[in-house]
Amino acid sequence: MTIASAPRYWREIKYRYRLIGSRCLKCGKIYFPHRHICLVCGHRKLEDYKLSEKGVVEVFTVIRRNYPLGYEKNAPYIVGLIRLEDGVKVLSQIVDCHPEEIKPGMLVELTFRKVKEDGKKGIIEYGYKFKPIFR
Amino acid sequence: MRRVAVVGVGCTKVGELWDKSLKDLVVESATKALDDAGIDNIDVVYVGNALAQILQNQSNLGSLVADCLGFEGIPAISVEAADASGSLAFHEAYKAVKFGWADKVLVVGVEKMSDSSSEEVSKALMTFEDQDYVAFTGITQAGIHALLLKFYMEKFGVKHEDIAMFAVEAHKKASKNPYAQFRNLIKLEDIFRSPVVADPLRLLEHTTLADGSASLILCPLEEAKKLKLQPIEVLASSTATDRFFLHERADMLTFNSTVKAAEKAFKEAKISRDQIDVVETHDSSTILGVISLEDLGFVEKGKGANFVVEGNITIDGRLPTNTMGGLKGRGHPLGATGVYQLVEVVWQLRGEAGENQVKNVKVGLTHTVGGVGSFASVNILGCLG
Repeated sequence: MTIASAPRYWREIKYRYRLIGSRCLKCGKIYFPHRHICLVCGHRKLEDYKLSEKGVVEVFTVIRRNYPLGYEKNAPYIVGLIRLEDGVKVLSQIVDCHPEEIKPGMLVELTFRKVKEDGKKGIIEYGYKFKPIFR
Repeated sequence: MRRVAVVGVGCTKVGELWDKSLKDLVVESATKALDDAGIDNIDVVYVGNALAQILQNQSNLGSLVADCLGFEGIPAISVEAADASGSLAFHEAYKAVKFGWADKVLVVGVEKMSDSSSEEVSKALMTFEDQDYVAFTGITQAGIHALLLKFYMEKFGVKHEDIAMFAVEAHKKASKNPYAQFRNLIKLEDIFRSPVVADPLRLLEHTTLADGSASLILCPLEEAKKLKLQPIEVLASSTATDRFFLHERADMLTFNSTVKAAEKAFKEAKISRDQIDVVETHDSSTILGVISLEDLGFVEKGKGANFVVEGNITIDGRLPTNTMGGLKGRGHPLGATGVYQLVEVVWQLRGEAGENQVKNVKVGLTHTVGGVGSFASVNILGCLG
């Protein structure tokens, strides 16, 4: 099995650790993940944009079989689509709760977690996940 | 521009074919297609495959396929568009004949998935989506389909049981297709007794590991008339893309790739939807089958499952769909799937579909999706005389 390359992981650290996307300097459209060209107006200048760390769950599932290699340790796990306060959607694991506790519209916030292990010699990858804000 | 015809078709059985290699599968389907057409040489071969680079550590498939078929020196082109690779190979081959670049063209779709574990395949299937921000979350293809299923049920108030009927129908037709992977009949109860793959999607609603190869021969319609079999004309072939990230689409439950490819295809073929006699569409899961029928314009958004429940897609229904079992029943050998669909429509048009033959077929449509709708292909074939 191939070991993930370190530079490929490093390149994304800024975006994955702090949830940074892109904002079009012409029309203001915000994107996650980061991109070079605006899908709305075609403008080629976009700046890094720190996304809101809070949002609501739109829809979610629990992955229960055929986990891709490297994800077995957390299984089964919840993956959902989160709509952030600034309107951008993020696909992410949802942690620190049971599936029965999640309802569409539930408030969640960003948390920094281990995402994936690549065997004994590979990189341990970290990044964004979301957890419920229980009130 | 020239009119283009399909003059030979062939395929292997679909399944976990442990005694057959990628090359064995190619040779079996391609020689069947050549014999069916009654020809023994070609100008060029187009190969559609999705994952051989990962699952077999094998690239350079164009030359490999030309070599194992004994066609020394010909040009060979290998294309990839996830699980629509076979349809893209067909589309490129069609253009080669249409615009006069080649006269006799072989299209081969092939996939060999059973050499790998389901975890390896699961990871490989996620190469269809963005690696850094979609695969990174640990979601699977089935997981993405589950999100769509849940979202669809919530938005349109449709029952899961009604959507799951797509798989019941698939197995019914596959039971009468000697080439199909799953020839057992299933009931709704069986689906809901099968394990949950990703909530709420059940194991029996989704395709699984499959090996298979399908091939066909294209040539100008004028040349085709000289050959032994009734030529089937390609009335249209089109492809289109949608935004790569599902979450960046305005409406996740509409694949604009399908909508655009269908619009272009109907315009090119100069026919209307009610002239379509059979449809082979992309039911890699029950929900994708439902969404696909809607995006192709055969039924209103939100009404696809009901359309199935009312019996419209059966062999003698209003719109016979996935007549040989579809992706769920016949099996979904990724890069080969699009070519299987075309082969099956050719059988229907020639009256060779056996127990699944639909009466009086004049026009058929195939629709293949790459990834979760980031790519789609629509082809229309006919024998209008």
